[in-house]
Amino acid sequence: MNNASNSLAAVRFEHVSRHFGEVRAVDNISLEIYDGEFFSMLGPSGSGKTTCLRLIAGFEQPSSGKIYLHGAEVSGQPPYERDVNTVFQDYALFPHMTVEQNVGYGLMIKKVPTAERKKRVSDALELVRLPQMAKRRPSQLSGGQRQRIALARALVNRPRVLLLDEPLGALDLKLRQEMQVELKDIQKRVGITFVFVTHDQEEALTMSDRIAVFNAGHVEQIGTPAEIYEHPASAFVAGFVGTSNLVRSDVAQKLTGRAQMFSIRPEKIRMVEIGTPVQDGWTALEGTVREVIYLGMFTRYLVALEGGGELTVVRQNLDETSMDVLSAEGKRVQLTWQRVFDRVLETK
Amino acid sequence: MFSRKNSPRPIASRAPFGLKILVAGVLLFLYCPFGIILLYAFTTEETAFTFPPPGLTFDWFRVALFNRPDIFPPLLLSIQVALVATTVALVLGSLIALGVSRAKFFGREAITFLVILPIALPGIITGISLRSAFGLFGIDFSFWTIVIGHATFCIVVVYNNVIARLRRTAKSQMEASADLGADSFQTFRHIVLPAIGTALLAGGMLAFALSFDEVIVTTFTAGQQTTLPIWIFSQLVRPRQRPVTNVVAVFVIAVTFIPILIAQRLTQDSND
Repeated sequence: MNNASNSLAAVRFEHVSRHFGEVRAVDNISLEIYDGEFFSMLGPSGSGKTTCLRLIAGFEQPSSGKIYLHGAEVSGQPPYERDVNTVFQDYALFPHMTVEQNVGYGLMIKKVPTAERKKRVSDALELVRLPQMAKRRPSQLSGGQRQRIALARALVNRPRVLLLDEPLGALDLKLRQEMQVELKDIQKRVGITFVFVTHDQEEALTMSDRIAVFNAGHVEQIGTPAEIYEHPASAFVAGFVGTSNLVRSDVAQKLTGRAQMFSIRPEKIRMVEIGTPVQDGWTALEGTVREVIYLGMFTRYLVALEGGGELTVVRQNLDETSMDVLSAEGKRVQLTWQRVFDRVLETK
Repeated sequence: MFSRKNSPRPIASRAPFGLKILVAGVLLFLYCPFGIILLYAFTTEETAFTFPPPGLTFDWFRVALFNRPDIFPPLLLSIQVALVATTVALVLGSLIALGVSRAKFFGREAITFLVILPIALPGIITGISLRSAFGLFGIDFSFWTIVIGHATFCIVVVYNNVIARLRRTAKSQMEASADLGADSFQTFRHIVLPAIGTALLAGGMLAFALSFDEVIVTTFTAGQQTTLPIWIFSQLVRPRQRPVTNVVAVFVIAVTFIPILIAQRLTQDSND
């Protein structure tokens, strides 16, 4: 790391740990978040992603290691001295204030003149497309509207980094998908760094420039959504991001002759008639369809392999009717995939 | 304690008839004495209370107001003590609640216990302890010894109200305030104080009501001074102008009842 990369990084962790008694919530994490990118911290609950966010915000202080914001070390600085703002998981709107007062709170504290404050608040409400809600109280808003107000309240301060702690978690699926697109859009327009915590891999894949996959207090992999999906660095990443068939090394030995654990995505596997000629560079295995799960847009097949083990195959329902699909149960099939798609994984 | 989320209210549940009778009986038992006190404030008899009263009159209110100057010094003292004890309780009680709810420190549970103890402790124990403590340290009985005695249980009431409210207030609100640039004092002023405002008011009113009619602790910490409840107590042994005591009692009931009603209203509203 040299100074040039320091100035590029909006957030930098250097061997940061945060221990709560015996629990190592964050365990020796080093990472860089670039200025202006949409960065997601993805992981199951308890993996340390929220603690990382709180370390950036200043609600937590590292047990060891250093945190830099735009090149300046911030360890020991309280939240109110940091140029970052947070959108909380429960939104944390102030119930005794109107929407307008909520959004203007940060500006009021910083003693921004009234005229400018008014202008900026109405701009922020415009940005989240809720200008007509200014006089309402938080209790009079729907979940989705509260979420937008929380976003406006943070953005109005023009922070250099915006922290979002699972902000879409409480919304229903439809609204969540709308907000994903809108959040990404807002991020592009305001051009500031977004650090987004989520346990939803689809959400992370949809919005992020880069993703850090968290597991048990450390980072398993950092990369673009395509890198994370196509080239999972570990069995954990392969299993957590999307669905994956993990083939243990002993089973792999029997199936393909290589004694190495590998992963193969269900959508990369083709299911064809037994005896179909195998092309160069393809792997072919035979098995029996054990179960068919019809999911409308596509169907998931669980295929028990001749050599032991089971693979999940996903196929879009292009030409088949549900009758065709369901009758596949018990059928013997041939599974093939291009070898470039299977990923040999390090055993940890 | 208040697990409202986990226990949805039963839909249109009807209590069995026997239970209704029982509830009515208990309420009657609790409130009948008040009715009797109220009734005999209007009786025409001066020395003995016979049932039913031989006649009704408003005369005792006139007597209490104009012919009995001995009522007013105790009344004034009681109001002053209640006001000061309530103020002390508001400041100390809310500070303790804030400290206990925000920080985890060694001895936190012990402090919680010690703060709540005076309300569970019999007043006579509190009274005797305070009296011997004052004696030991050579402190003369004064207005302030009464205030200290009352503050011991007034603090609990304020503390309980405020801590319950703080538990319901999401911690993230205070974090959000800090995140938006407010230091601890600004967060207290703009976020915490409005959140606990009605709880403070309710706690304060309850504390005032408790202090205003306190007898036992006061007996031990007042020395020669007479608060209103002690004055009432002393009147019971004198047969002259008995209904005047009832008139004063009605006044005390009003002064204590109304704040409690308001306090209950305030805490109820904030539940919704």
